[in-house]
Amino acid sequence: MFYREAGQYKKTYSADMAVFPILQDRIGIGLILATAAIIIPIFGSNFFISTVMIPFLVFSLGAMGLNIVTGYTGLISLGTGAFMGVGAFACYKLTTYFPDVNIIIWILASGVFSAAIGALFGLPSLRIKGFYLAVATLAAQFFLEWCFVRVPWLFNYNASGAIEVPQRTLFGVAITGANATPTVRYMVLLGIVVLMTWVASNVLHGRIGRTFMAVRDMDIAAELMGIRLLPAKLTAFAMSSFYCGVAGACMMFLWYGGGEASDAFNINQSFNILFMVIIGGLGSLIGCFFGAALLNIVPIILKFGLPAIGLPLAGATAEHINHLFVGSLIIFFLIVEPHGLARLWQITKQKLRTWPFPY
Amino acid sequence: MDLLFKIFIDPFLQMGGAPDLLVQTLWEGLVSGVLYALIALGFVLIFKASGVFNFAQGIMVVFAGLTLVGLHEKGVPAWLAVLLTLGVMLALAVAVERVVLRPLVNQPDIILFMATFGLTYVLIGIGEFIFGGEPKQMIAEELGLPRGAFDVAMLGGRVTFQKIDIAAAVIASIMIAALAVFFQYTRIGRALRAVADSHKAALSVGISLNQIWAIVWFAAGIVALITGIMWGARSDVSFALQTIALKALPVLILGGFTSIPGAIVGGLIIGIGEKLAEFYWGPLVGGGIENWIAYVIALGFLMVRPQGLFGDKIIERI
Repeated sequence: MFYREAGQYKKTYSADMAVFPILQDRIGIGLILATAAIIIPIFGSNFFISTVMIPFLVFSLGAMGLNIVTGYTGLISLGTGAFMGVGAFACYKLTTYFPDVNIIIWILASGVFSAAIGALFGLPSLRIKGFYLAVATLAAQFFLEWCFVRVPWLFNYNASGAIEVPQRTLFGVAITGANATPTVRYMVLLGIVVLMTWVASNVLHGRIGRTFMAVRDMDIAAELMGIRLLPAKLTAFAMSSFYCGVAGACMMFLWYGGGEASDAFNINQSFNILFMVIIGGLGSLIGCFFGAALLNIVPIILKFGLPAIGLPLAGATAEHINHLFVGSLIIFFLIVEPHGLARLWQITKQKLRTWPFPY
Repeated sequence: MDLLFKIFIDPFLQMGGAPDLLVQTLWEGLVSGVLYALIALGFVLIFKASGVFNFAQGIMVVFAGLTLVGLHEKGVPAWLAVLLTLGVMLALAVAVERVVLRPLVNQPDIILFMATFGLTYVLIGIGEFIFGGEPKQMIAEELGLPRGAFDVAMLGGRVTFQKIDIAAAVIASIMIAALAVFFQYTRIGRALRAVADSHKAALSVGISLNQIWAIVWFAAGIVALITGIMWGARSDVSFALQTIALKALPVLILGGFTSIPGAIVGGLIIGIGEKLAEFYWGPLVGGGIENWIAYVIALGFLMVRPQGLFGDKIIERI
């Protein structure tokens, strides 16, 4: 009823090609951004911000990275966790060597390093396809994981072998380290995520994104049409790893505040992010957010929500139920809607447009 | 120069210098290779018949092992427990076909792959819920598996063979032979091969896909149970075992997803290769390379043959 585009005339091509062609969509996105940037920092408790919102944003960024290579370019990657780790370590090394440069710059710059590593491990994608490639990217995962533990230079020869996040400030306010409040870290993270989503949306709607999609739909046909496969696939891997690297740096510096990399960036993290992408929807940016929200919130509800309504669960049992529940959820969503939550969202919007008529 | 010497010459000098140690390493590699091959075999069976890349094979191994041990703890005699576990695996196969595979017919491969991921989580959840998370002792003795080891003097030293390893190799060979006979000479085996060739053609000559899928998942369940017993007897039965499923992946890409001989040869190459690399080259970089060297070996092979050593040739049409 309210979601109609009747009367909204497009007078220019650019208006017609806009990412959000309908006025209501633009208002909606504005409202969401306003909620995220104003209402949540003011009214959200520290607990809510640090256990729900910060992980959600970090995972959205990681899922976006994986979606670029898997959803848009059709190359399955199981090395996401490792690429995130590369970003975290790159950021750590950079801020150790150049402590005076703002940490936000280093968080973004650390993506460059993981992009380089990602492109390197993307090289086999030219010859290997499908599941064979998935297994090949596992080589990256295990090799890099090994490096994180065995190369002491990466963690500055700490006795603990963990990343120790130093305190860094922006305009005199601590944004990383022990003194940074969750709200400040959340605001920084939100800024990074919004910026990177905007860039991704533009790149993926443009020539590069179309190249990716042509390669996904059929790489041989794309090659016949004049797309050079090697640059296209390597760009996809590099861009994807860039996003993953930034997500990893954000995870270590803005969420965990330091910790052992072998736990944070192991193979389970790769799978976790792959779930988010699949459940959210392959080849859809908004799907990344849906997937991250769902898989991030379900464990929290099971952990904190059920005891609150009088179903006390021991830690171990909650863990088991969580496994069981996430597993069934994945199967359920795959059966109901293999194209993910993003497709459900599209269907809903279509229904809303024509409501109350069926079509 | 020193580095090159350490990489290219020194390991071989060590091998020549202590041939008994080399034989011991080769034997250990061979045994772990057999076990990798067993897991890979479970993957290949399902992939051939349904085109599903079954990630849950590793957890099926754990699940079968846990069910067996759990039943025995409840006081069920060992051999009856084996039979009951087979029944559980059959029920699992039918349930998977019914609940997961049937609604997802004709979906892209990655969707089915993800569904088996979901299955993995469900099985982990159920397994931990029922049997708890602690490692359990495999009932090797009750099943009549030999224990202990014997030394053989050879090449100027002594080489130790664990009896259970020999039993594992023998049982694996018997099972592989049995599977080969089953595929080659029985009616169901022919139907399985037909389905592997083409789903549509098999359907059109009246083969029931649903039935075949249940059978093939059950076959993979049997393989999983045997793998669980053998692997569990070497260490113990715990959820950590599921990580060996990840070890089976390089075996698969080495041998090709569709080839049973490939799974066996690939398993042996990976098993022996990683033990040799760990023992002779590992110390150069601080050890622990076992985790990824298998993937590097497999990647090396893939660069030359993208379909694996024995895989069907990949033909792409526009």
